[in-house]
Amino acid sequence: MGTFIPNTKEEQLKMLNEIGYKDFDDLFKVIPDAAKVKGELDLPDGLSEIEVDRKVEGLAAKNVIFRSIFRGAGAYNHYVPSAVDAIANKEEFVTAYTPYQAEISQGILQSIFEYQTMIAEITGMDIANASMYDGASAAAEACWMCKDRRHSTFYVSGAIDERILTVINTYSFGRESKVVVVPTKDGETDKEALKKALAEDDAAACFLMQYPNFYGIVEDAEELCKITHDGGAKFIMYCQPLALGALKSPGELGADIAVGEGQPLGLGLEFGGPYLGFLSTKQENMRQIPGRLIGETVDTRGDRGFVLTIQAREQHIRREKASSNICSNEAWCALRAGIYLSTIGPKGFEDVAALCSSKAHYMAEELEKIGMKRCFKGEFWNEFAMTCPDADKLLAALEAKGILGGLKLCCGCCGEGCDTDCILWCCTELNSKEDIDEVVAIAKEVF
Amino acid sequence: MNTPKELKYSRDDEWIRYEGEEAYIGITDYAQSELGDLVFVNLPEVDDEVVAGEALGDVESVKAVADVISPVSGVVLEINEDLLDDASLINSDPYGSWFVKVGSIGDNVELLSADEYEEYRG
Amino acid sequence: MKLIFEKSIPGRGQDIFPACDVPCKLPDAPLREKKAHLPEISENEMGRHYTALAKRAHGVNDGFYPLGSCTMKHNPRIDEKMAALPGFAKLHPLQPADTVKGAHELIAELEKFLCEITGMAGVTFQPAAGAHGEFTGLLLIKAYHTDRGDIERNEIIVPDAAHGTNPASATMAGYKTIVIKSNENGTVDIDDLKAHLGPKTAGLMLTNPNTVGLFDPNIMEITKLVHEAGGLCYYDGANLNAVIGIVRPADIGFDVIHMNLHKTFSTPHGGGGPGSGPCAYKDFLAPFAPGLVCKDGKNYERAEKSIGNMTGFYGNFLVMVKAYTYLLTVGKEVYTLAQNAVLNANYMQEKLKDIYPIAFDTTCMHEFVIGLDPIYRETHVSALDVAKALLDYGIHPPTIYFPLIVHEALMIEPTETETKETLDEAITAFREIYERIFNAPETVQNAPQTTPVLRLDDTKAAREPHLRYTFE
Repeated sequence: MGTFIPNTKEEQLKMLNEIGYKDFDDLFKVIPDAAKVKGELDLPDGLSEIEVDRKVEGLAAKNVIFRSIFRGAGAYNHYVPSAVDAIANKEEFVTAYTPYQAEISQGILQSIFEYQTMIAEITGMDIANASMYDGASAAAEACWMCKDRRHSTFYVSGAIDERILTVINTYSFGRESKVVVVPTKDGETDKEALKKALAEDDAAACFLMQYPNFYGIVEDAEELCKITHDGGAKFIMYCQPLALGALKSPGELGADIAVGEGQPLGLGLEFGGPYLGFLSTKQENMRQIPGRLIGETVDTRGDRGFVLTIQAREQHIRREKASSNICSNEAWCALRAGIYLSTIGPKGFEDVAALCSSKAHYMAEELEKIGMKRCFKGEFWNEFAMTCPDADKLLAALEAKGILGGLKLCCGCCGEGCDTDCILWCCTELNSKEDIDEVVAIAKEVF
Repeated sequence: MNTPKELKYSRDDEWIRYEGEEAYIGITDYAQSELGDLVFVNLPEVDDEVVAGEALGDVESVKAVADVISPVSGVVLEINEDLLDDASLINSDPYGSWFVKVGSIGDNVELLSADEYEEYRG
Repeated sequence: MKLIFEKSIPGRGQDIFPACDVPCKLPDAPLREKKAHLPEISENEMGRHYTALAKRAHGVNDGFYPLGSCTMKHNPRIDEKMAALPGFAKLHPLQPADTVKGAHELIAELEKFLCEITGMAGVTFQPAAGAHGEFTGLLLIKAYHTDRGDIERNEIIVPDAAHGTNPASATMAGYKTIVIKSNENGTVDIDDLKAHLGPKTAGLMLTNPNTVGLFDPNIMEITKLVHEAGGLCYYDGANLNAVIGIVRPADIGFDVIHMNLHKTFSTPHGGGGPGSGPCAYKDFLAPFAPGLVCKDGKNYERAEKSIGNMTGFYGNFLVMVKAYTYLLTVGKEVYTLAQNAVLNANYMQEKLKDIYPIAFDTTCMHEFVIGLDPIYRETHVSALDVAKALLDYGIHPPTIYFPLIVHEALMIEPTETETKETLDEAITAFREIYERIFNAPETVQNAPQTTPVLRLDDTKAAREPHLRYTFE
């Protein structure tokens, strides 16, 4: 019904005639008849805005919105400050394309330049790009940044989220590279195994770890970095960005590349997307960076301005020799991240990290009091894996009260000799003490 | 167009300067002026083999990239690291800005004299 | 204009987080020593900063945006409103499948619509953008050949007019790119295609209409030849908006296609994403599809020989909500989108072709290309200069210097959502600029004059890269 075509049928016909066509059939005679659809497509009749609204709201209403969420595992229920939506939804930002024409795109360009600076700051790295699709694809691209003619094996910790590993594997399908998973011990990368693997492989390109890892554990990144560098490979850290308000940054730890899922930085849960991949690195790797980069320059008057730069790395110029094919990225999500980080500021960045950590430690202690046990001894930030006599039963009881409990882990994946269900719990600043106590009380009731 | 007489030229717009068993390779004045302001070069590594008629590296301007085609086959003995820091040297002094020094020289593409090259690009 | 860091004053800020209601406990792990420099700024100042940035940006809502190949059409507000519904925006991707039935229903319906539009059998929504969809499609092709033991096929044929993403995607999928020439009409040179087809051909990637805006009249023969050689045909759907509802890629011999939801299906581009690049395929490629899919409302499943995952979860879901909302609105009249996109492009072409050299002067599809080269040679006014001159008219310039087969190219795509008056105004601007090229060329070469900054030094930016603010 609505097509958003402004010209009336009469105007359309007039325009057609004016440029020498009888009608639309005449205009489309450049397409061979054999190629054309016979008749109309089997699509529903178009709807008015009110009808559309009703139908789509009906679909939204079929989904359950949990009032209290204790599940993370790659998507985190952090608070989105009001300013983020209000500002990011300005239509000048929403309806712009990639800022190819710098003179009328300074707003977009400067916002990304500021984002690049903030990502470099929180990760402690020298430079960052304009964003990637999501954390997992950023991780895959980071591995490929490390590949050269002599180095083509990507080592990946077995303690990373399986989703990230799957994407790295998919990105490597059919190309000259090998992905090797380093075994885990007690929920962490087995350092000896890593050391041994790197020592035996001249072609090691990189080692990628998650920080905190999938089970929430803050691994000994400093030691892993040393082992990796001693083994002649580059060290990639996949980070939860808000954890970096507390934990030593990748830059401080000596990482070559930091990547991660930027969703906690002012994006909602959104059923998995659009999210935001971030990527930062040392200055010396600048030319290996995939995707857009915004740089500072001057105009003909000498005034500061910003442009897309070092573009000869990219697909539209380098074509089959480009380091990646990425062009559209997640600029608007990066804008949100920039607004988010500006809103919370340096103090908020520390506060939110401390809140997440404190709540998670409180919850773990409370669950321990009722007999559940931590699966691993390693220190954690806001996620932790715990045993549970019957995960399905507990999660169902929580769901009945509008609470999304932690993620049930596949049996045995949290360690050898584990003969009970395990749950990966997650706390954020949005989980109040009452919310946590409620979960513990329900758990107590169930068992 | 500046075309020093003592050099040989390829139709791909590279120059080559032989020194005994070895040779220096760069891009011509014509090439740098066609490409415009150069911002970066990608060079091979020392000990890499280069093949006559195939790319040994490339040069980037702001909005284009062009392969540097090796006029000879051989082995890279040295690369000009100065160009990695400042590609504008190629614009200001194309014949002083050698890209690589090669040895163990084998076959070559058709090489033109300065006069022939000037006529070819004139 | 100042950067937000230059507006920061120590001690200022905003109160977002509450005091901790449980004992404060930081991880017993090495803690951060070097603080992150983040802005310390009040909400009011921050709001004004971003408002000032918004004023220095240009979206479709600000004015005409005929950026060729990018399809900058109107982005309906209802789409944004629907995507912001808490029933979508607040869903955790890992919450139980039976608590997200509405989301799955929406995905299934959108898949059905896109299958009908493309003629394909299934769709994966994993890819987050068009280029990502290309990569996905090529991996499907690779998985298909590999599965059959047909492992010698390592070449992807790409026309010289193709988007740069095509060869770049081929490389990412581990293929060698074979470039074939365009003929004098701007379409695929059949003889050159034949010469490059063979036992090594894995597939052909083609945009149709192509990047010069022409529908390839030999399309049926092209796809037939590729199939006869044992290859598959990939349709780069960046230009699907030109033929939506009129031609279905599957019917003309294509096996796999990506669509840019942020182009044809009107979802906004956000200054460079998020996009969404769903990849549709014929039946025989279904076993290789990526991602976890919930068909029964209870369990997520993976295709039997899946290539894996392209993104962490299910792709850019909220973008899918917008495209679905758009298709509900448009319904079966999708063909009118193509009709008017093509009409508007031809209208502009016709009204400019007496003065500007059209690269291939024939009926175009949704876009047309001016090849300014003859004028440039005569006057030294370049495509870049013309683009910059348009800025002073409040018009976003066309795509320039693409496709590569046309020198000094200006690629104009008006889209169907522009009025005749807007087109006429743009035509007037182009004609005025033409006059200036000959009468006062320096005014074109020195444009723009009314933008917040004047022409920027790209060379300096690339030679001395400053990719971040440096704190003192």
